[in-house]
Amino acid sequence: MNSTYGLIAVTFVALATLGIGAYGWRFSRTTSDFFVASRSVRPALNASAIGGEYLSAASFLGVAGLALAFGTDMLWYPVGWTAGYLILLVLVAAPLRRSGAYTLPDFAEARLESRSVRRLSSLLVVGIGWLYLMPQFQGAGLSLGTVAGTEPWVGGAVVGAVVLVNVFFGGMRSITFVQAFQYWLKLTALLIPAMFLLSVWVGDGATSPADPSVVSGGVPGDLWSSPLTSASEHPLFTTYSIIIATFLGTMGLPHVVVRFYTNPDGRTARRTTLIVLALLGVFYLLPPLYGALGRLYTPDLIASGATDTVVLELPARMVGGLGGELLSALTAAGAYAAFLSTSSGLTIAVAGVISQDVMGRRFRGVRAFQAAAVVAVAVPLLLAVAAEGVGVARAVGLAFAVAASTFCPLLVLGIWWRRLTDAGAIAGLLVGGLLSGGAVVATLLAVTPSGWAGAILTQPAAVTVPLTFLTMTLVSLATQHRLPRHVSRTMVRLHTPEAVELDRGPWPL
Amino acid sequence: MTPTGSQEPPRRVRVTSPRTGAVRRRVTGTSEIDAQTQLGEIYMTSLLRAQLRLAALVIGAVVVFIGGLPLAFRVFPDLMDTHVLGMPLSWVLLAFAVYPFLFLLGWLYVRAAERTEQDFTDVVERS
Repeated sequence: MNSTYGLIAVTFVALATLGIGAYGWRFSRTTSDFFVASRSVRPALNASAIGGEYLSAASFLGVAGLALAFGTDMLWYPVGWTAGYLILLVLVAAPLRRSGAYTLPDFAEARLESRSVRRLSSLLVVGIGWLYLMPQFQGAGLSLGTVAGTEPWVGGAVVGAVVLVNVFFGGMRSITFVQAFQYWLKLTALLIPAMFLLSVWVGDGATSPADPSVVSGGVPGDLWSSPLTSASEHPLFTTYSIIIATFLGTMGLPHVVVRFYTNPDGRTARRTTLIVLALLGVFYLLPPLYGALGRLYTPDLIASGATDTVVLELPARMVGGLGGELLSALTAAGAYAAFLSTSSGLTIAVAGVISQDVMGRRFRGVRAFQAAAVVAVAVPLLLAVAAEGVGVARAVGLAFAVAASTFCPLLVLGIWWRRLTDAGAIAGLLVGGLLSGGAVVATLLAVTPSGWAGAILTQPAAVTVPLTFLTMTLVSLATQHRLPRHVSRTMVRLHTPEAVELDRGPWPL
Repeated sequence: MTPTGSQEPPRRVRVTSPRTGAVRRRVTGTSEIDAQTQLGEIYMTSLLRAQLRLAALVIGAVVVFIGGLPLAFRVFPDLMDTHVLGMPLSWVLLAFAVYPFLFLLGWLYVRAAERTEQDFTDVVERS
């Protein structure tokens, strides 16, 4: 692959990101601008921004690579990442916006009236955020290495620097413009090459990648396209565990949740989520296409284990010549947009929590937020350099499992069940956090055994999520004397439309 | 639909007292909720129930029609050999058909949830 076009494309994305961010800097004045864009982003813009932020390296590169390597079972990842927004829409979207809090720990404290729950939530937000940021930086390193032959740490450092500049000067307000742009860039970067690739494929006779005669990586096409055949020993359990982690984990990701506070009210929060569902559905039609065509045109990537690069390699291989190089450069630009947007969103979320909960009372406002952003980027960047070689999609998948086992039960029970107590929430967060966190550590250190224990450790959600719900419910029922004093008022705030004039208690911030 | 939304409220009968000159307080649903009276709690419970029932309906549809797919493929392995438009059925469902289905569910939900809130508003703001 010719490195010149790839470098130009990546430079263009970085500059465009800074340029659009600079446009937003002018509107960023107050602390509220920095944290939640002063809660005044319209649904269409906000939905594009959410889509841009949500479609990470795992979606842009990982899905196609997984589909190429393991076939139909891997389609559950994009399906789950979209369905997760539907679950979020029906259970969380409007009440979370109406809670009026800035971050997940703010919500936990406002609902349960307990500082301990707040501290535990802060710890989990930072943990999940870093677990999600690390693979973004690693993916950036790999991609820049593929298009320009640089050292693995360079790509991550470039992403970290661009993100910091934008977060530093513009906060959430400028990030919103940047991310909206990046959704459309990512869609274009997959859509246009896909049309060329499909026409080449039709010209070549349109062989089905699922045909038994197509053998790629030692697997015939009919086996590749059959569900429940992936590498796992217990495919049915693994599939359901992926479904639970992705369907329920979306609502617990710190960068997803913080976006809801930028809507003007609960009703627009719902409408925004609906548009996001449409945007994600359109985008996720494309990556599996690259995976399927990869079986026909780039089977060598399976043998070399470089399936994550199929989106970057396929256009140059199939189209050839200058056109192919340009199309590959376009996909490289899209990949970089994916790293930048997801990292920006996560940095905002993690920095918000660090500046509010770790830095203490004396050090507040915009300055504290900027200092926290440096910490939020530096730690996972160092981790990414230290822990080289952990798969991009795998680390992201584990972040979903942890989010599903901790914040999903906290949000769902907190919003819909008035008998939840602080003791129940803490017990549940500890059980879910420790169990899923332990599984993450075991998987990252590659010490998972075979058999059922291994299947559960690599995809823990199907076990840990029910356990967390059970713990929260039972401990809450046993500690009913600890019910928050203002729970009725909080329920009024969470569920009633803003247009009705009601006493919603003191505003938390 | 909240239970109180479908029927006409009982007609108020004015009982005049000797203190006709006293200021008459307007009693609305919102003040009942603010004072956390029993009636106010009933308004809130019915709103929560209605919204939760709606959410459960959508989640039920997702569990049955999408969550049921792996089980269906395990129980009826013949489905794996079925082809639609030259593509395996599993691929057609998981790579294409599921996204419009999810959007449709979301659209129906948003419409119904907004209607529930409108009914709630109408009920509690009526004196």
